[in-house]
Amino acid sequence: MEKATFSIEKGKFVLLTGPSGCGKTTLCRCLNGLIPNFYSGELTGELEIDGVNVEGKSTAELATHVGFVFQNPENQLFSLSVERDVGFGLENLGVPREEAIERVQWAMRATGVFELRDRAPHELSGGQQQRAAIAGILAMRPNILVLDEPTSFLDPKSAEEIVSVIAKLGHDLGLTIILVEHRLDIVSRYADRVIVMDGGKIQLDGPPREVYNDQARLIGIGLPRVTMLAHLLRKDGFNLFNPVTVEEASSELRRLLNT
Amino acid sequence: MISVQNASFNYPDGPQVLHGVNLEINDGEFVAIMGENGAGKTTLVKMFNGLLKPTKGLVEIDGVKTKEKSVAQMSREVGLIFQNPDNQLFAETVAQELGFSLRNFGFAEDIIQQRVNSFLHLLDLKQYAASSPFVLSGGERKRVALAAILVWDPKHVIMDEPTIGQDYLQKERLRNFITQLVSQGKAVVIVTHDVEFVAECKPRVVLLSHGTIIGDGPATRILTDPTLVEEASLTMPQIATLMNGLTSDNASQEIIEVYAARDYLLEKLRANATPEQRIRRVS
Repeated sequence: MEKATFSIEKGKFVLLTGPSGCGKTTLCRCLNGLIPNFYSGELTGELEIDGVNVEGKSTAELATHVGFVFQNPENQLFSLSVERDVGFGLENLGVPREEAIERVQWAMRATGVFELRDRAPHELSGGQQQRAAIAGILAMRPNILVLDEPTSFLDPKSAEEIVSVIAKLGHDLGLTIILVEHRLDIVSRYADRVIVMDGGKIQLDGPPREVYNDQARLIGIGLPRVTMLAHLLRKDGFNLFNPVTVEEASSELRRLLNT
Repeated sequence: MISVQNASFNYPDGPQVLHGVNLEINDGEFVAIMGENGAGKTTLVKMFNGLLKPTKGLVEIDGVKTKEKSVAQMSREVGLIFQNPDNQLFAETVAQELGFSLRNFGFAEDIIQQRVNSFLHLLDLKQYAASSPFVLSGGERKRVALAAILVWDPKHVIMDEPTIGQDYLQKERLRNFITQLVSQGKAVVIVTHDVEFVAECKPRVVLLSHGTIIGDGPATRILTDPTLVEEASLTMPQIATLMNGLTSDNASQEIIEVYAARDYLLEKLRANATPEQRIRRVS
């Protein structure tokens, strides 16, 4: 990663994308202190999260600011019940029992796994597991959620469901969401802003409609299919703006087709 | 040919995962197996190389019953690339990983070098030849796992979730690569949730739900059938959803990817659009 400069306002939903090896996972690891605390390497510049300078802060300390959700929920779940799993992080932080119970229940309700609280995580579907993993992170009350391709192991329906749960959490709780994804088709509708990285650098940064331009296509990110379609039709001489969702594409095309 | 005849499977003391599955996949055919998490997709393909044997029924590869052969014998014929590359990788370098099975099969060293080099090149891994597989990204490790199987030229190739962690360009490369394998007469089977990848490849789609095949046919038909899509926890490709809402014209109902949509829409637009809706071309 090289000379990355950006700031993200509280409560925004930011989509971070780019070809593999572009530096997005490295950037995420900086946000929760895994870099420089766990990975060796050279980190220069400054990084401030929630007004706290990351340098010298332990990962445990940062965990109350930044929650991290991984690709495969199975790597994050290991207890005998959903409830215990959701409470595991809090136990580690030494949160008093009464408060911990309250927070666990709140987090399970917010992610819709409360009814599943006595079930073993490995008995759940992939989507339910990912929601349980998010609940465990949420219970630590971070202001920022970083999610590294949280849908890639899920079937399409569960993937859509998880992304809408994430967007709802961001909206209802005022959380800042940083979502790393290749599947722009399903996440673009929620994003306030898209950051595209390539070769360790931030190449594009802005609202999805503006970022999904020819340069983004050349970098090789998989634009939403409706956006690709608009690019192709523009090349053939039709004047339509960049749709990001099916609904937008549909109304643009209806306008052109006079239907 | 891969032939599954009335095959059922249950893990010891576990629930039944597959219920009387019948399926034939020909040489040179490209099939995507899709369905919800836990539908039995991975169990089904693990029977193709004999890793699992059906508890009832039969699986035959090119006329040979998997029950009568060892996994080692069957894997030479049917290469299975696991969903999680870490279940497969163990060597110190990427080049060693690729050479391992060839050495096991007793190939001559110069042939090994030649094959390893050509697959490092084909899968865009040349720069990592001397690296440990474990320092690579998830997507790169997946390509190493793929190369390590293809290098011994199995007769048929099975890939479990090959597109996870791959970016758009790598998926395009994978698509071209699969086309090559199919043109060599191999049966290629992928297990995938990636609806958009399938929409672009347009293979034959086999839909599995709760251990039973609920749909089998061309991608254009299966992925545009709302009932089947719902039942298998899939979503329609974005373009299919768009076309579905846009027109009720029969000709547009099986369009699932951007280029087909463009061709269809251009025809309509050219007939309909007013001059001001056209971009003035500057030469």
